[in-house]
Amino acid sequence: MSKRIETTDLNVYYGNFRAVEDVTITIEPRSVTAFIGPSGCGKSTFLRTLNRMHEVIPGAYVEGEVLLDGENLYGPGVDPVRVRRQVGMVFQRPNPFPTMSIKENVLAGIRLNNRRMPKADQDDLVERSLRGANLWEEVKNRLDLPGSGLSGGQQQRLCIARAIAMEPQVLLMDEPCSALDPISTLAIEDLMSELKEQYTIVIVTHNMQQAARVSDVTAFFNIAGTGSPGKLIEVGPTDKIFSAPDVQATEDYISGRFG
Amino acid sequence: MATIVHAAETLTAGRLPRATVPVSLVGSVLLGYALAILFTGGANIGLAVALAYLLFLLVMEIATRVVEGPRQASDRRATNLVVGAFVLALLPLGSLVWEVLSKGIPRFDVPFFSQSMRNVVGAGGGAIHAVWGTVYVTGMATLISVPIGLLTAIYLAEYGVRNRLSKAITFFVDVMTGVPSIVAGLFAYALMGLLLGPGSRSGFAGSIALSVLMIPVVVRSSEELLKLVPNELREAAYALGVPKWLTIVKVVLPTAVSGLVSGVILAIARVIGETAPLLIAAGFTASMNNNLFENPMMTLPVFVYDSYAHPGTDVQAYWDRAWAGALTLILIVMILNLAGRLIARRFAPKTR
Ligand SMILES: Nc1ncnc2c1ncn2[C@@H]1O[C@H](COP(=O)(O)OP(=O)(O)OP(=O)(O)O)[C@@H](O)[C@H]1O
Ligand SMILES: [Mg+2]
Repeated sequence: MSKRIETTDLNVYYGNFRAVEDVTITIEPRSVTAFIGPSGCGKSTFLRTLNRMHEVIPGAYVEGEVLLDGENLYGPGVDPVRVRRQVGMVFQRPNPFPTMSIKENVLAGIRLNNRRMPKADQDDLVERSLRGANLWEEVKNRLDLPGSGLSGGQQQRLCIARAIAMEPQVLLMDEPCSALDPISTLAIEDLMSELKEQYTIVIVTHNMQQAARVSDVTAFFNIAGTGSPGKLIEVGPTDKIFSAPDVQATEDYISGRFG
Repeated sequence: MATIVHAAETLTAGRLPRATVPVSLVGSVLLGYALAILFTGGANIGLAVALAYLLFLLVMEIATRVVEGPRQASDRRATNLVVGAFVLALLPLGSLVWEVLSKGIPRFDVPFFSQSMRNVVGAGGGAIHAVWGTVYVTGMATLISVPIGLLTAIYLAEYGVRNRLSKAITFFVDVMTGVPSIVAGLFAYALMGLLLGPGSRSGFAGSIALSVLMIPVVVRSSEELLKLVPNELREAAYALGVPKWLTIVKVVLPTAVSGLVSGVILAIARVIGETAPLLIAAGFTASMNNNLFENPMMTLPVFVYDSYAHPGTDVQAYWDRAWAGALTLILIVMILNLAGRLIARRFAPKTR
């Protein structure tokens, strides 16, 4: 149920602009890997290459390999749609479908793909996913109301519920807590610790404490200056990165002596 | 050390009493009327209104500037100018509605909607053949234009973003928007002449002519609407492993549907009153014709034109029918707009 991701010398481009340069990293299954680094260093960009979401931007392309349990996501004949069914994603900004109710939003992955599922199983899945995202208690009485009527933080948890309802192998989360209060954040963090029993989880965060709390492995990305590509500076067990990193820049960034 | 110098230390400013606007409005109207009589010796309404408006602008400007200050004065000036322009723009519409109503009502009766003009010379008769003709011809035109227009818009907005083909299509659609309606009519007439033999006129030919006019409108409005759908929704669907076409059908279109419907209705309203192309392509007849593909078919605009341009001996009867036809046409457009609004509201994304 959980797969390993390996990238080798991955370069990511927006047209002529190289946003990320030569990233080689291994992301272990059944663990939480955190990406940290200054704004604009390419964390989101790199994350989006892991489920082939990068290429939906016109002119954007990728050079190099991303292996999912040894299978190259960018190999010939690979269908990005199939990739995305295995590698789920939660975005930086909550994006529930405005035409759908809360329940329909959770079931979106199934309904939009025209998959059939008995009514009882659907209700079951909705409850399980919403509980998983710590939203069930708040919305159980209004499952048929529009998802866009929720607060920002609730919408984000709805999006998490929508992603885990697909039961992906890997879950990518791009700053999932940046719009959440401390209580929901804690709930999401607990959720991550739970989910990592089954899934591979990658999270981008600007919150050092969060990275320290939830992640097993931390990867630090940095950028030399505007216009130059982002690079993976250092990756290692979170304890080590936060206590005795090998690279000075990592230490500066983590201790707040940056720039 | 730079310090900010405040113009005035108080937070309050003078306010004009609420009655100022109505009082100065009435005063300006009376004074403008008096001045108009003084200048021209008679009651010239247009001049009186213009003078009253200018006086009102002047009075409000001075009063506001003195009591409330220059910023509020410019605010009022802008407000008054905008309201003035709005009223000026509404005048022709009001006059048109009044004219059509007063002249159309006399023949807006049951026979008008139950009889055709078959064997009618002079008074009596009706326009049922033209009403149905308009429904058939525009309905068929909509059936042709909406799929073509919508699919083109989907291609432009979703698949061919910024590629050569979509640039070319956009260019030709723009050219099509500018095609004079008479040319569309001639095109349809010539096309049907080629297909079915020279000189053939039918409701379907009229539909083709209207489609030529309608398609670019549908393409343009739909494309704009599809582009308004936030990319985040598409990405959300892709991230769930939904293929592109399903994303378009199940996420993009439902999100935009209310606007798409309004766009289509506007496009129908735009072509339903076309006269020249229908005159050529669909021709005219005095009898009911339920077959779109054979024989000429009467439509409301052509009916109005024909009644007005070729009255028989009883001129007034023909002209009354023309006005009643015009009234019917306006009503149909109005009903379409209302229906469009209702549908749009029904489908609009809900937040509560
Ligand atoms: N759609 C795009 N087209 C072109 N360039 C882009 C696009 N999205 C991002 N970039 C560029 O790629 C670089 C990396 O952006 P990215 O969004 O990955 O940064 P990030 O590390 O996620 O930053 P943040 O922490 O602020 O979210 C930036 O220089 C950005 O300007
Ligand atoms: Mg980002």
